Amino acid sequence: MDSEDMVTMSVAQKRAQRSRSVAIGIALAVLVVMFYVATIIKFGPAILDRAF
Amino acid sequence: MALVDDIRSEPEFRLSEATPGDYFALLKPRVMSLVVFTAVVGVLAAPGSMNPFVAIIAIVAIAVGAGASGALNMWYDADIDAIMSRTSKRPVPLGRVLPGEALVFGLVLSVLSVMTLGVLVNWLAASLLAFTIFFYAVVYTMWLKRSTPQNIVIGGAAGAIPPVIGWAAATGTVSLESVIMFMIIFLWTPPHFWALALFKSGDYGRAGIPMMPNVKGELSTRRQIFAYTLVVAPVGVLPWALGYVSIGYGVAAALLGAGFLWHAWRVLAMSPDDKAMKPAKQMFFYSILYLFGIFAAYLLDILVWRAVALVGA
Repeated sequence: MDSEDMVTMSVAQKRAQRSRSVAIGIALAVLVVMFYVATIIKFGPAILDRAF
Repeated sequence: MALVDDIRSEPEFRLSEATPGDYFALLKPRVMSLVVFTAVVGVLAAPGSMNPFVAIIAIVAIAVGAGASGALNMWYDADIDAIMSRTSKRPVPLGRVLPGEALVFGLVLSVLSVMTLGVLVNWLAASLLAFTIFFYAVVYTMWLKRSTPQNIVIGGAAGAIPPVIGWAAATGTVSLESVIMFMIIFLWTPPHFWALALFKSGDYGRAGIPMMPNVKGELSTRRQIFAYTLVVAPVGVLPWALGYVSIGYGVAAALLGAGFLWHAWRVLAMSPDDKAMKPAKQMFFYSILYLFGIFAAYLLDILVWRAVALVGA
């Protein structure tokens, strides 16, 4: 691909894109932790009641 | 020709400079704070015990769902938001976020919040949240807001549901106590918004929104504000009258209701020549204090009696 086919981002656009990416990353991490902890809570003590 | 060239040649194409703060503004954080507060009261007022972590998840999901409906509202209303001074600084009219981006953001958060509440808490609460988002975004924003002066009366149901969702999240049911919380917010909405509409009628008129003062006139609006306040003040006292909260709440609700009525009376008695509309402005700010006060008194009452029961046990 030629360089003229590329969209050149300004500094402000790069900074905004990076901050949006960080925010999405944090939101996804929070969602994962939320589902993980809620699953453990819903299992309750039964989570330890298993054959090894 | 490269695909990128094709996209670049479109006049609307531009790279976004929107920050997370712009997206957060789409969630209407001030409205969300009231939703969170009333939902917290709904969760804590409910009988039985709820795992604190699950309760936090429920509140976050309700808040995000409410925010999602705000984003959908800003997507649809971008044209009229740009005209009104109160809303012209929102991210879509400012061009910080494109309407399509606001739409996708609102839809993604709607699905995420409803699914999270359903999977991790219960499906009654999730159904109520889904209904609230639909009611606010479709029934109120797309239909009622631009077609009838009863827009905020009927649309107010969306803002009144959060404590019912909180209660449903904690108990899996909808009961009289949560319905009364709903009624307090539902009946509070018209005097709150019509007080605002009185001193912002020029804004609403320019945007072509049929608010009560623009359609029925200021005098009719002032009478209706007083009539609704006359109803909401005693409904605010109902939790005590029905015997499930203490006299402390009853006294607080009665005093707050009396203050609300006094402000409504001042609006009713306002001179037609009063262009500053100070009583309407004071009524608007007092109405926020009223709702916060009623729910704070409710919460305090419940927490005090639970503490007393714990000490006595």
